[in-house]
Amino acid sequence: MNQSFEDHTATIPAVEEAPATPAAPRRMTLNMGPQHPSTHGVLRIVLELEGETIVKAEPDIGFLHTGIEKQCEHLFWQKAVTLTDRVDYLANLSNNLVYALAVEKLLQIEIPPRGQWIRVMMAEFSRLNSHLVWLGTHALDIGAMSVFFYCFREREDILRILEMFSGQRMMTSYIRIGGLALEPPRGWQQAVGKFIRAFPSNVDEYEELLDSNPIWKRRTQGVGFIPLEDMLDLGVTGPMVRAAGLKWDIRKSEPYSSYDKFDFEIPTRGENDVYARYRVRLAEMRQSARIITQALEGMPDGPWQADAPHVVLPDREKMKTQMEALIYHFKIVTEGFRVPAGEVYQCIESPRGEIGYYIVSDGTSKPYRVHMRTPSFGNLQALPSMLTGTLIADSIASLGSMDFVLGDTDR
Amino acid sequence: MSHDAVLEKHQSFGETTYIADPAKITDLCRYLKDIEKFLRLSAVTAVDWYPAEPRFEVVYHLHSLERNQRLRLKCRVAGTNSEIDSVTSVWRGADWYEREVFDMFGIRFLNHPNLQRILMPVDWEGYPLRKDYPVHGYKYSYSNE
Repeated sequence: MNQSFEDHTATIPAVEEAPATPAAPRRMTLNMGPQHPSTHGVLRIVLELEGETIVKAEPDIGFLHTGIEKQCEHLFWQKAVTLTDRVDYLANLSNNLVYALAVEKLLQIEIPPRGQWIRVMMAEFSRLNSHLVWLGTHALDIGAMSVFFYCFREREDILRILEMFSGQRMMTSYIRIGGLALEPPRGWQQAVGKFIRAFPSNVDEYEELLDSNPIWKRRTQGVGFIPLEDMLDLGVTGPMVRAAGLKWDIRKSEPYSSYDKFDFEIPTRGENDVYARYRVRLAEMRQSARIITQALEGMPDGPWQADAPHVVLPDREKMKTQMEALIYHFKIVTEGFRVPAGEVYQCIESPRGEIGYYIVSDGTSKPYRVHMRTPSFGNLQALPSMLTGTLIADSIASLGSMDFVLGDTDR
Repeated sequence: MSHDAVLEKHQSFGETTYIADPAKITDLCRYLKDIEKFLRLSAVTAVDWYPAEPRFEVVYHLHSLERNQRLRLKCRVAGTNSEIDSVTSVWRGADWYEREVFDMFGIRFLNHPNLQRILMPVDWEGYPLRKDYPVHGYKYSYSNE
């Protein structure tokens, strides 16, 4: 995509005193963002241009910094769950899940199979949700407007299912330490089944809309290349590295929450451009649909919460009849529960890549330190390498293909 | 694996932790990347153990794709004149993570190419994730005291 820079100075009439050395190419500094619509959040990029070619790109982040890590240190363990939703507002259930898994590792409590399977199902719904928003807005950035409406139609269905389960559309806080916030609602099988039977044909629709569109192909193929070695060195994870041919998915390599019991594939591509990333994410949506179907069909019976009365809030009915349940409820709500001292690093595959929480406990009822290794932060770091040497018109396609969420970057 | 920069080894919750000598951290990381094939640096962060001394722990999370293995390195850094060598020469991806640690804890990374604040405004005073920094900040007081 490199285009040689045309020396515009050549067309300017010669001045009397010609410079002894040829004039350096004129550079222009362009400020992109922080309110640019295709940065999907508040990201500022300072671009240095030579003609239409980007010679330097400097991302400026932090506009959405809300001090979530600091706030976590001042809340009870169970209350910090609500903050993890706000980190990545498109994949909030993935953030709930990784926090719950990390704290459960410290507490050494085991979640029963039914709870684990529902967690898997919810994590896959959040992957679908995130990929749908990505596809819709990414296509909108490049100029294919109608895909947006198709994607948001299905996303609306997913949000309705999430609302059915948790009572909330976006900030669900559904996955809690020790299990889930609520019992799965009556009739959830029908709602999920109806959605998941129709979904594969919806993905076909998106594919048809875009793959038969020559403008889409011309704008995405061969754009946004970055070598795989550079990506690994810079901390890029997720669909970006899979589009470069690396078969690495944490759901397979370090299975959590019984992902090893599900049958699915890791889609990879070799071209390592914007188009390959689109194909990988589309294939991932089909795999997620497969996982949800398996979860729906083989959902185990039994309890959905861990047998840990000191951590899990008791059943409301039991509180009316049993003294112990009332005491546990009072203790958990007023003074929280203590988590044994120690440190863990738990990572899962979020829609954007590796999301890892490093949690340190000092034995009290509040976390001592929560560090969130978020995929957007690592991915965005590769932006200068990706944009340098490309045309400014391609920068929007390259940016979109990274699929970052600025809340996830800045925390 | 053995390297003279490793002071202690721990194993907990199935995770391996090495306590490393901060003076030799770049050497150790170079060795771990080139010889032990820890090609990925997942994250760099820090923990403040105020008022204990040495106050800070700088924590590195390494990942080897080849062996599907993770490793945690920890270096203890003093509270006054907090400095440690940067590992950006080993992994370029350490750049933003070290800037974040500098921004939040005030630990300076020597030989870092661009050690500036990254999340907080450039003219911010104080280091928010330190334990002696109040959760509501210094600028406003919400209490009647």
